[in-house]
Amino acid sequence: MTHPLAVEHLTAHYGTTKVLDDLSLSVGAGELVSLLGASGCGKTTTLRLIAGFLEPTAGTITLGGEDLTRLPAYKRHIGLVFQNYALFPHLSVLDNVAFGLKQRGIATAERNKRARAMLERVGLDQLADRLPGALSGGQKQRVALARALVIEPPLLMFDEPLSNLDAKLRVDMRVEIRQLQRANNTTAVYVTHDQEEAFSISDRVAIMHQGRIMQLDTPEVLYQRPANAFVARFVGFENLIPMKVTARDGDDVTAQAPGGVALALPKARFGDIPDDFVLAARADGLAVTADPDAKGLPATLGLRTYLGRAYQYQCETEAGPLIANGPLSSPLEPGSTARLVPVPDQCCVLKPE
Amino acid sequence: MPNRLHPALIGFAVLVYLFLMGPLVIVFGAALSDTTFLTFPPQGLTLRWFERIFEIGAFRRTIVTSVEIAFLATALALLIGIPAAYALNRYRIQLPAWLSTLFVLPILVPEIVLGFSLLRSVAVGQSAPIFLTLLIGHTLIVLPYCVRVISASLASFDFSIEEAAISLGSHPVKTFFTIVLPNVRSGVIAAFILAFITSINDVSVSLFLTGPGISTLPIQILAHVEQFFDPVIASVSVLLMLLTVAVMAIVERTLGLTFLAK
Repeated sequence: MTHPLAVEHLTAHYGTTKVLDDLSLSVGAGELVSLLGASGCGKTTTLRLIAGFLEPTAGTITLGGEDLTRLPAYKRHIGLVFQNYALFPHLSVLDNVAFGLKQRGIATAERNKRARAMLERVGLDQLADRLPGALSGGQKQRVALARALVIEPPLLMFDEPLSNLDAKLRVDMRVEIRQLQRANNTTAVYVTHDQEEAFSISDRVAIMHQGRIMQLDTPEVLYQRPANAFVARFVGFENLIPMKVTARDGDDVTAQAPGGVALALPKARFGDIPDDFVLAARADGLAVTADPDAKGLPATLGLRTYLGRAYQYQCETEAGPLIANGPLSSPLEPGSTARLVPVPDQCCVLKPE
Repeated sequence: MPNRLHPALIGFAVLVYLFLMGPLVIVFGAALSDTTFLTFPPQGLTLRWFERIFEIGAFRRTIVTSVEIAFLATALALLIGIPAAYALNRYRIQLPAWLSTLFVLPILVPEIVLGFSLLRSVAVGQSAPIFLTLLIGHTLIVLPYCVRVISASLASFDFSIEEAAISLGSHPVKTFFTIVLPNVRSGVIAAFILAFITSINDVSVSLFLTGPGISTLPIQILAHVEQFFDPVIASVSVLLMLLTVAVMAIVERTLGLTFLAK
């Protein structure tokens, strides 16, 4: 019942504007892949192309070996969950859930039985006879989920399903969605602009920008080893420092930062380092210290903010403005000079672009 | 004092109501007058002028024609208007903005001009039968109401509901009837009633398009008034009014009149 999805060289236009550029994506059977990006990055377009609501200008979409590219939407049997729930306002909760089964010609008694069983699984069997208008946002989205799941679709797709819910409910619902998807072992595509949501729910995440996938990988790899500057910034590497390798000896690579300071980077952490590279660091990856002999970038400290676990400083350096964290035990005053020491575990190396 | 209404304001309101209701009261009164000429206040009370309407063949025929035309024109306008309103809303982003204005044009053109041009081009130009020409004319004048009212209803319709149905395996055409239409039902009913009333009361367009043997009730009233001055005119006006009120009452009962004000 579960099928792998393969999207190959998909290109799409709105009028003459190219909104999707040669996008390829494969989702394994039973896997949940998120499309993550700012609005206009092409994530919803990709979903609508897979659902069959838009036609691509080039490329193919196959699901379990079947070519869907030219198949009309109503024949694709993809379960869809929408941001605004999209429940049928004039049908009861039960009839909403049974709708897909009705289209498949399943007899009334049987489809009501299955719809009720599905409502039970999402904990809404008590509300089966209500109209959608009488439900809360979370309940509506549960009905939408039940409606999509009851047809046992080979592919389940979510279009920002939690955006209209409040923060607490969002966290509960995403756990619930993940559990149901796992239990049914359904292949799933999940569109969202919320990084935490995408990372917490997905097997793999595709970070999208201007109609392309910038990187597709597990949340762990994306978070710790972004492949390029865009992804690095996206996952919170605030500091991108251009560097040049000056020596390679033993376990360390010595590299020079702007301003002439040489830093030692352990090979064990960074592996192969090209001669020219960009050191990406989160604020936590640059430790602020007042010690003038520390092996770090010289900086003039600016605004200090309190984060609870550390102080954060806006710094002026030869490499431009950087953001770095310092320990709570020794707050430093704005205007003072300090060193920013890279913490290897919190940094990564990028190829220059 | 702020909660008390100023006496002048009350007086003004009463005047406005008198102004609005006055003609109706006069027509009602005149229709009941036991005289052979139109007069108000009525002298004596009788219902014979209502019976008289049905004794005059021309009235009998034109009432039937009016109702037929109103039903058919409304049905036609809905057949054109529902898909048009659907397309205008569904593809709002892709379609040019002036397209929706196009469907309101018949309202903007003076009806007299519309009637005259239809006479020239369809009745005379194409020598079309009178009934058909009337039907075309009435369809044209009620179409804008249908498109506007149904559009208003569709404007608040979330089209992802339609996509949800399609994704669940419902053919797009079937989806239109089982999902879209039930959700704009009230708009369709309101459009029907507005269109029906507009058609049945129309004078300007019908004036040009009626001909020998076929006429509508308002035109027949006009013709009768030119020759006679008896209370039949008042009673037939009351009948037309009651017909309109009956239709409005149905709206009030099913949807509430506030719906029309939206």
